[in-house]
Amino acid sequence: MNADRVDNERASDAVLASRQATLVPEQRPLIEVNNAARWFDVSSPWLERVIARKPRTVLRAVDGVSFSIRKGETLALVGESGCGKSTIARMLVGLYPLTHGSITFDGQPLSNMQGRKGLALRKRLQMIFQDPYASLNPRWRVGRIIAEPMLAHTQLSEAERDERVSALLTQVGLHPTDQSRYPHQFSGGQRQRISIARALAVNPEFLVCDEPTSALDVSVQAQVLNIMKDLQRRLGLTYLFISHNLAVVHHVADRVGVMYLGRIVEIADRDALFTTPQHPYTRLLLAAIPDLTGQGKSRTPVAGEVPNPLNPPSGCTFHPRCPHAREQCKAEAPVMQNFKGIQVACHGVVQGWEMG
Amino acid sequence: MSNNMNNQGLSNRTDDVTAAANATDRVATNDPTNVLEVKNLSVEFTTRHGTLKALNEVSFSIAAGEVVGVVGESGAGKSLTGAAIIGLLEPPGRISGGEILLAGRRIDQLPDDQMRKIRGREIGAIFQDPLTSLNPLYTVGHQITETIVTHLPLTWSQGRNRAIELLEATGIPAARERIDHYPHQFSGGMRQRVVIALALAAEPKLIVADEPTTALDVSIQAQIIELLKKLCREQGAAVMLITHDMGVIAETADRVVVMYAGRIAEVGKVRDVIHAPRHPYTVGLMGSIPSIHQHVERLVQIDGTMPRLNAIPQGCAFNPRCVKVMDRCKLERPELHTLGSSQVACWLHTEVEKNER
Repeated sequence: MNADRVDNERASDAVLASRQATLVPEQRPLIEVNNAARWFDVSSPWLERVIARKPRTVLRAVDGVSFSIRKGETLALVGESGCGKSTIARMLVGLYPLTHGSITFDGQPLSNMQGRKGLALRKRLQMIFQDPYASLNPRWRVGRIIAEPMLAHTQLSEAERDERVSALLTQVGLHPTDQSRYPHQFSGGQRQRISIARALAVNPEFLVCDEPTSALDVSVQAQVLNIMKDLQRRLGLTYLFISHNLAVVHHVADRVGVMYLGRIVEIADRDALFTTPQHPYTRLLLAAIPDLTGQGKSRTPVAGEVPNPLNPPSGCTFHPRCPHAREQCKAEAPVMQNFKGIQVACHGVVQGWEMG
Repeated sequence: MSNNMNNQGLSNRTDDVTAAANATDRVATNDPTNVLEVKNLSVEFTTRHGTLKALNEVSFSIAAGEVVGVVGESGAGKSLTGAAIIGLLEPPGRISGGEILLAGRRIDQLPDDQMRKIRGREIGAIFQDPLTSLNPLYTVGHQITETIVTHLPLTWSQGRNRAIELLEATGIPAARERIDHYPHQFSGGMRQRVVIALALAAEPKLIVADEPTTALDVSIQAQIIELLKKLCREQGAAVMLITHDMGVIAETADRVVVMYAGRIAEVGKVRDVIHAPRHPYTVGLMGSIPSIHQHVERLVQIDGTMPRLNAIPQGCAFNPRCVKVMDRCKLERPELHTLGSSQVACWLHTEVEKNER
């Protein structure tokens, strides 16, 4: 038991060392998502359906997305509410099984994650949730909250766990004595640091961050984003960062994927996406960011709203809002294609239509 | 400018500062063009553990047709200022000092029934969550018409026609049919349009908009801001725009009030406050906003958090987090001083000015 623990520790040290050696994003993808989909059956109850002769209704929250994340890299997913970005986050940590498609982590399919044999795999990926008020058990002390993943994944003794909890709290900018306090005694930003400490407790390689700073004030958001970047540099972490805030995404991401109604419409390196956005929806989102510099500038308000995902438009789902839509867009759904080094799903971009 | 400086020595009281201020930077005065004047407003909460001062001598004004943004982090007192103006402070909160004047008339001491006539007629309110500001049991048409008929000398059918016009003006498609729909049948963005129509129904002089776009997606947010700007300009209404989003302020407001721990830290023209912030808190706040135009490895961060109401430090409330803190900041509270076209409550700038003279 004791030797086992030492081995374990040594192993994780080795992992840490090897990760620190490769601070530059590597080429080999750590995460590969291939045509993954998650559909939800939201039909009315059976009897009602039979009486009213209604068909089943299926909500295609995520409908065939493919992307990969390299080691040490931050991929950000942006999109408006209901575009499926949080569903992808949950699929990646195994909270939602896939309807079809596959996700592999370091070469292993994520479906291996269930049960006891998946324990080692589960330890390597952790999640940070949006609402630090809902994701911490109000009746547990902070020390117990942070130590919980260690109970599940390591054989550390109580003293060692305490020591690690103290180290983690220091790492996220809190004080070791904070472990005897309850979550309600902390502010929103401090709670989000506790969530980060908990996620880091078992030395994961990959963190899925679902809107980690959306509930925070800007000055506190800056503190949390800085900590996340420092930790990434120090521990060689890989992030999937989900946000609706493009300015935050610009700050943290290496690559950015833009989602619309359950599909990715464009993936590109950060600088390419922000300087030369291709997909009309990406342009819309960028144009909608309030600008601190150009005061009084009139934004091009784009008409329309996100359509009901239960009844998505035909063809390209963006066509009712797209200023460049043609007949082809209504009939035929575009597929992701490589175009000038980025990936984009748009007939117009690929065929070189005049889109001003 | 030099005029301001000369008067600096006279007194710190806002009234005197105003006398020197030029026309563009209005503070609380009896200027008849000011729709709203807030003078030394303080709000207290009496609790079992003593009295908490949530707003501490807040003074600012809004002219007709002007949009004034109020920014600050959660707990800075910006929504509380709005609630005090509308007369909707929740007990045990109460106005403990100062005055609120609407078009020169004091409204902070009015009895409830008179205040109710002012709300809706002279002050329109827009809140963050459009679903909670609409009654789910009535159609949107009923709610807007009711507001119109209550405040304006119109019959129900005239009011209804006006409601349809308002809904059309806010960009709701097929307003004639949509008017008989219930709030739950609208999407978030459309609901906020209904709330705006409701706020503007009786052509109020002042609109208090408390985080009107926070609950909306970015693309919808842009639409709503444009709409709010356009309609207020058309009606010539003064707007108090409360938000934590500096980007929204930058695009919408003429002037901005920066609040911290229940006090005003800085007031000025939006361009000045964004490009040349004076108060260290504003500097930190601006630096902590990520930008898509430049990439920085680390954001400027303000260490620590805003103090709780029961532990506001002596002197300047920002002193424990301030990077430029001086001994004086820990003892004496700085008042708002005129500095160019802005006003700043910070000892740093009064010191600088003294040295310059």
